[in-house]
Amino acid sequence: MIKIKKRWEIQESEVTPESLYLRRREFMKAAGTIGGALLLNPWAAAQASLEIGDYKKKVISLDEEITEEEDATSYNNFYEFGTGKEDPKKHSKRFKTDDWKIVVSGECAKPGAYGLEDMVKPFPVEERIYRLRCVEAWSMVIPWLGIPLGSILNTFEPTSKAKYVAFKTLHDPVRMPGQQRSVLNWPYREGLTIAEAMHPLTILSVGMYGKTMPNQNGAPIRLVVPWKYGFKSIKSIVGIEFSEDQPLTSWNMAAPREYGFYSNVNPEVNHPRWSQKKERRIGEIFKRETLMFNGYGEEVAALYDDLDLAVNF
Amino acid sequence: MWVATALKSVYAKPVVHLLCLVPFSALLWAAFNDGLGANPVEKLTHETGDWTLRLLLITLSISPLRQWTGQAAFVRFRRILGLYTFFYGCCHFSIWFVADHSLDLAGMIEDIVERPYITLGFSALMLMLPLAITSNQAMIRRLGKKWKSLHQLVYLIISLGVLHFVWLVKADYLEPTIYAIIALILLVHRVGPMKRFSVKSFLVAR
Repeated sequence: MIKIKKRWEIQESEVTPESLYLRRREFMKAAGTIGGALLLNPWAAAQASLEIGDYKKKVISLDEEITEEEDATSYNNFYEFGTGKEDPKKHSKRFKTDDWKIVVSGECAKPGAYGLEDMVKPFPVEERIYRLRCVEAWSMVIPWLGIPLGSILNTFEPTSKAKYVAFKTLHDPVRMPGQQRSVLNWPYREGLTIAEAMHPLTILSVGMYGKTMPNQNGAPIRLVVPWKYGFKSIKSIVGIEFSEDQPLTSWNMAAPREYGFYSNVNPEVNHPRWSQKKERRIGEIFKRETLMFNGYGEEVAALYDDLDLAVNF
Repeated sequence: MWVATALKSVYAKPVVHLLCLVPFSALLWAAFNDGLGANPVEKLTHETGDWTLRLLLITLSISPLRQWTGQAAFVRFRRILGLYTFFYGCCHFSIWFVADHSLDLAGMIEDIVERPYITLGFSALMLMLPLAITSNQAMIRRLGKKWKSLHQLVYLIISLGVLHFVWLVKADYLEPTIYAIIALILLVHRVGPMKRFSVKSFLVAR
């Protein structure tokens, strides 16, 4: 029951080229070995899942022990693959993310359907070690691989009317069997204010622990907003919409008294049914104090200067 | 009839004891073999809570079983089952008190007062205490008729227990609903026409 954790080993010696190799895995390999004929095959045009090449190591780090990869990939809340903690890993094994498209719409100059590769390729992938605090009072420390959301959003040239950004998860009950039961109102929706979205801590993540994003953690691309409860960090994103009005968000729709639009980690504002003062770090037995804004107050508190956080929870 | 023979056998009670200890042993084994997953405390809390409810439902199904089958010997196991229910309830409570509250009494009391689902769960456990204490033969004799009325508290306990579960769920009510339906059937049986139902008379009537 009690596990002795290894310290995260840092490979500081490495030079870090700023490029992400996005490869058309099987198809290009096949094309190379079998010959040019395959290139004419329409399949060859399909993009396989993202593969992580080099990335900038530890762009943002933490002096806290990293959660074991096994724990972070086997204990997940991803209701699209079932409501049990072990369900996502079990039921997402055959989930394919090839040829992934993200539809960008709303208040911006360049709406359209973007291929995942085209969207992230221009930017170097960064490793960011963040705390993740779930609304259920448990937490992890995860080395994400991602790109600042703001950098990507700017390429779509949001207009001055873009006050919010809304995100949508894939809705496909065949590929995501958890959606066959209406536990939540599918598709899963999340949203941020434009200031939150543009904040340098907010990233779109395509991997973790130095690898491509596992299906159960939100492959191929998910949001990570480290100062908010985990459910704000929407997974398997297929839609990004700039809007003037505050967008609807799934948990707020399900229980508006319990989950607000902001959902910043806040030990002073309890969930109506349980305390948010403490949390259990995965790998530990006893609970520890929860930090305001999950410990990112210095960076983000200014975003909420004019807000009463007890009302705008 | 083999059912009657089995129920009255000297081995029947030891077997029931062993069966009741299977979940506890499985959890203990898993705890020492890294088998409880990423959040062992949560797993232990949920499992011991589930088994408290399950055993309480099994305890409550003894009377209906006796009536439906005409096998009075089922009643031999009611006390054992009730006491194991209390045992799992105590495990459930202890894990929460130790791991969630680090044995901090003030923090625990605050939680009991402020969180309705915890209030319900804790009340259910507290109500089980007098039932456990008065479960032996001497107390049954001493309390006489009062014993029966006292032990009717079990209907309140199961209701509190199920509500405790319903109230803590975030969105997926499937599991607590199953418990609630079974509890409802067992409670309705005690007031409704089902009370007089028996398999034997049902078969004879046909």
